[in-house]
Amino acid sequence: MDLEKLKERITSLVPEAEFEENKQFLTAFIPAGKLHSTARALRASEDTAFDYLFCLTGVDMIKYLMVVYHLSSTKHKHSIVLKVKTEDRVNPAFDTVCDIWRTAEFLEREVYDLLGIKFNNHPDLRRIFLDENWKGYPLRKDYKDEVNIVEL
Amino acid sequence: MKEVIHTPVKAIEEEEYHINMGPQHPSTHGVLRLVVSLQGEIVKSLKPHCGYIHRGIEKMCEKDTYPQIIHLTDRMDYLSAHINNHGVCLLVEDALQIEVPERVKYIRTIIDELTRIQSHQLWWASFGMDLGGLTCFFYGLRDREKILDIFEESCGSRLLHSYYTPGGLMWDIHPNFQKSVKDFIKYFRKKIKDYDRLLSGNIIFMNRSKGVGILSKEDAISYGVTGPSGRASGFSCDVRKHHPYGLYDKVDFKEILFNEGDTYHRYIARMDEMHESMKIIEQLIDNIPAGDFSAKMKAVIKLPAGEYYQRMESARGELGIYCISDGNKTPFRIKFRSPNFSNLSALDHISRDLKIADLVAIGGSLDFVIPDIDR
Repeated sequence: MDLEKLKERITSLVPEAEFEENKQFLTAFIPAGKLHSTARALRASEDTAFDYLFCLTGVDMIKYLMVVYHLSSTKHKHSIVLKVKTEDRVNPAFDTVCDIWRTAEFLEREVYDLLGIKFNNHPDLRRIFLDENWKGYPLRKDYKDEVNIVEL
Repeated sequence: MKEVIHTPVKAIEEEEYHINMGPQHPSTHGVLRLVVSLQGEIVKSLKPHCGYIHRGIEKMCEKDTYPQIIHLTDRMDYLSAHINNHGVCLLVEDALQIEVPERVKYIRTIIDELTRIQSHQLWWASFGMDLGGLTCFFYGLRDREKILDIFEESCGSRLLHSYYTPGGLMWDIHPNFQKSVKDFIKYFRKKIKDYDRLLSGNIIFMNRSKGVGILSKEDAISYGVTGPSGRASGFSCDVRKHHPYGLYDKVDFKEILFNEGDTYHRYIARMDEMHESMKIIEQLIDNIPAGDFSAKMKAVIKLPAGEYYQRMESARGELGIYCISDGNKTPFRIKFRSPNFSNLSALDHISRDLKIADLVAIGGSLDFVIPDIDR
């Protein structure tokens, strides 16, 4: 499917989707509430068939927290990027996609560990790298650690 | 006469119990801890515990300039150090639209393939040792030394090279480079036959690996298992073929694909890849063009604001580098999609209802490098 058709498909699934300028991938912001249904539809539909989640990233954009899903299809060889954002820094949460792509289970735990973004319905949401008693989320931009991070 | 009472003795405990495999266990190849739930000696489930050498490389990168980041990527997957370096270099070059000299492309492609061979040699050595063949370890390390000598000659170091810089190379290759590489290929073509004689056709090895730990193609895609492990399951995921970089679109090589997806075919896929890598090197080594070893770069590298994604085929699978730049000399956020981390997530699924000894074989065939999982 070419980019124009993919764009139309996403718009028909989520009319609120906002597209972003990006040379490499078709990039779309999806409202957090519609993430799971959009992802499921894109995975299940025969002509999109996004079966391979090759990167899942959490980002602290200072104004908001964002999770980026890099998707591609092994059948049609096309790729897209879905993004969701939230301005809630105290209790940010999105729906999990690990029932759609199994690889997301570990990747979401990593995002939870380092950025403190929760994933609803995740089967085993625990910290993965850091100790369970660790305070704070290191990849947030306002994270302060006077012992381990040396400021120059 | 006294009546004898027979009380049945249970040969296998029916209750599940947990044991820790690692963090100090020879078959986990580093500080990985697997909490295994066992019934008798059958694995019912396992939970990997990572983070023993988590250094926060992504956080560190946010304070480093792009040339500095290269030195950190060595320390993720130290067996694919050159390929990790190459990824950052390509990310910067693509973002700034810098055309690197043809000579650099040749040298980088050759060294990347040498990296792949030495990584697979070490994997072969330790995989053989995991399954009880101690000779493999000596054979593998002996031959790997030859490649490390080539690296030392040109790059100055044996493990953490940081030889690539954005725009080219740190310095030119050693005058002996071509001769050393050709000698190595000649030497290794003979020695790899020993590898096959020692392990590939060995009946004990085949019994322990054939049909063990099957990963289907659908699961490989869903778990994101890439590299030789994914290709052994039929998942065509070779970045060198699908998104070529360097000179991979100009050389002739095969993507090794199997449909069985068991431990044995993950082994064969890597063995065949070593042959393909040697084929690639042979096509390039005599044709390295003369010229500069680096393009002209500014002293301070700043990427234009935006998002960049670079895919690489490391020795273990697809390495992704996702970079968000705000126009400064340091990245705003950089994420490394590590192949090992995704491969590890499939371990629980693959090894369920198998014996704990098979877990060692499966873990070996997935070829984990722990610093790349933890980053």
